[in-house]
Amino acid sequence: MSQESLVSIFLGASLINNFVLAYFLGICPFLGVSSKLETATRMGGAVTFVMLISSMCAYGIQALLVAIDAPYLKLISFIAVIASAVQLVEMFIKKTSPALFRALGIFLPLITTNCAILALALFQTNKGYGFVECLVYALGGGVGFTLALVLMAGLREKLALAETPGVVRGTALALVVAGLLSVAFMGFAGLGGS
Amino acid sequence: MASDSNANVPPSTDEFVKGLWRENPVFVQVLGMCPTLAVSNTARNALAMGLATMVVLVMSNAVISAIRNLIPKQVRIASFILVIASFVTVVEYLIQAISLELHKALGAFISLIVVNCIILGRAEAFASKNRLLPSVLDGLGMGLGFTFALFCLGAVREVVGSGTLFGVAAFPGAYQEWVIMILPAGGFFTLAGWLLLFNHLEARRAARATTGATP
Repeated sequence: MSQESLVSIFLGASLINNFVLAYFLGICPFLGVSSKLETATRMGGAVTFVMLISSMCAYGIQALLVAIDAPYLKLISFIAVIASAVQLVEMFIKKTSPALFRALGIFLPLITTNCAILALALFQTNKGYGFVECLVYALGGGVGFTLALVLMAGLREKLALAETPGVVRGTALALVVAGLLSVAFMGFAGLGGS
Repeated sequence: MASDSNANVPPSTDEFVKGLWRENPVFVQVLGMCPTLAVSNTARNALAMGLATMVVLVMSNAVISAIRNLIPKQVRIASFILVIASFVTVVEYLIQAISLELHKALGAFISLIVVNCIILGRAEAFASKNRLLPSVLDGLGMGLGFTFALFCLGAVREVVGSGTLFGVAAFPGAYQEWVIMILPAGGFFTLAGWLLLFNHLEARRAARATTGATP
């Protein structure tokens, strides 16, 4: 069992080891959804929510798999749980808030293939976190993902108005901006004292 | 079945070649970014990751193509993911058996091959609509293209960032390493550089094609 405090887990997941800018997880939605500030915020919220749910499920499944001594099923059952969690969230949002459902649109089912979520489930079992620590870790990861997405979207909204040469437009420019953001996040290293 | 319209055409080499350059998964389609950036800090890691992905891609393409008519349309994505996850588990245990050191270096990113968009993308776009042999060729080509792209990134980052290539010193005498190229930010910059090169080549070819068409 890890001895880290909850605050340092949260800071570690959201700032120091930011899932997007330090571990390169969830780059696809990061580049795909970050062209508008509003969608970026909503996407971040949805991902955080799915992260919390799948983190809880993954904790239970890991305990079960250890009990029946079948660690090789870990990957298959995790991905199945994440896919069904996304499906559940989709159905739940559709019933309770059709407006939000329409706003999220195609991004909701695509959360399944966001590697940040599977990675979160794998990292928390590798680190041997307890239940509360898992929740805090998932929350930190989600906040970090949202933060990176929103920052990136803000920058790209400004960039869309700037004059840039034709060769640079699109993904190449977005990658350079992401690299600069990543340099900026390196400044957080050592903050949590880990 | 409309999707099997090319069933009588013998598989051409094009299924294989297109993934290498014209439809290169990383440089042209910009898919599978996460493993591309994360494990390309040395040429060796990049090659290993590329080959592991290729094995999974070929195997899952073959199986999905073989059972494509048995899977109901509604549950196809879930079925594809389960097939892919099984092969990734196999590959993960294989790498662990071959080289524990490599397994540690690649870490969770071996498991994360499951959510690599290239594999699911090829399963959905190609293997679920084509016969076995073209699907295997397609997987092989795309896998090699992915490995090639990873190697391009890994080699540049290792040479510039540590002054070595495959662990052998690349420069005579002392070399001041650019540490940033090994760090996460360097991955973004290197990929951006390669994309710029590809955009430039593509733009030049397009320009030449238009001037050639209207002499």
